[in-house]
Amino acid sequence: MNLETFFAMGGYAFYVWTAYGVTFLVLLINILLPMLQHKQLLRQLALKQKRASR
Amino acid sequence: MSVIPAAVSLFFHRTASPPHFYALANRFIPWLTGIFFLLLLAGLYGGLVLAPTDYQQGDSYRIIYIHVPAAWMSLFIYVLMAVMAAIALVWRIKLAEIMLISSAPIGAGFTFVALVTGSLWGKPMWGTWWVWDARLTFELILLFQYLGVMSLYTAIEEKRMAARAVAILALVGVVNVPIIHYSVEWWSTLHQGPTVTKMDKPSIHISMLIPLLLMALSFKFYYLLAALQNAKLELVKREASSQWVRNLLENQA
Repeated sequence: MNLETFFAMGGYAFYVWTAYGVTFLVLLINILLPMLQHKQLLRQLALKQKRASR
Repeated sequence: MSVIPAAVSLFFHRTASPPHFYALANRFIPWLTGIFFLLLLAGLYGGLVLAPTDYQQGDSYRIIYIHVPAAWMSLFIYVLMAVMAAIALVWRIKLAEIMLISSAPIGAGFTFVALVTGSLWGKPMWGTWWVWDARLTFELILLFQYLGVMSLYTAIEEKRMAARAVAILALVGVVNVPIIHYSVEWWSTLHQGPTVTKMDKPSIHISMLIPLLLMALSFKFYYLLAALQNAKLELVKREASSQWVRNLLENQA
């Protein structure tokens, strides 16, 4: 099978690849968002703690 | 005299204690990520490259490899949430509350994915993006249930109370799960009937079934991974002033 027919998906390229794209976008957001928030929260708390100990 | 129950209870108290659980989550996340990616790549390769084209639906059927696992997850996660809601209400275990609320956005994500991919599959096969039939309508209601759990938790300031309210809401809403599952049998519908869960005679070829199951398994690992990530955030948020979080911050600095 060559790459071109693979991406063409028998004429259903738009539907198939949009479906896969949306799926992985949602999965990615649901992982990255809590990771970023967690990092930010730890930074905030550390700053607060430093101020309090002074 | 009763050594075993004591050991079991000790195990649960240790595992369910926030600092211990936090450390455990940190240890598990890299492994879960690795297993998730391996299963995902195997499933995608099997589904998009190796599996043959469907004789009726052409290549559009390949949406099945994300649509069906996502729909399964939308129900599976809700059932897990109801179990954790029951544990949280009966034994008031804080970790059950945390896992309940940490699961909601992931469940909402999978429900959204099931709806969108279903729509993208429906358009070329049924000729329409959406119909108000039982399966689709109740799945949409499930999405609102997940969003309801999330916004109720955010709306109540006191988090112990918020968790109790959310637990009751999640528990009541579980009636929708069997409705969704049996909807294709109870009502006449455009949505096709079950193909995989007819264990006596699954109407799907093995070369299509294996990638489907691989994808489903990879989504299970994704759920664990994402729920633990959320739980870490929620634990630190809730216990910001506790000693173990202070120690954590000190170790980081």
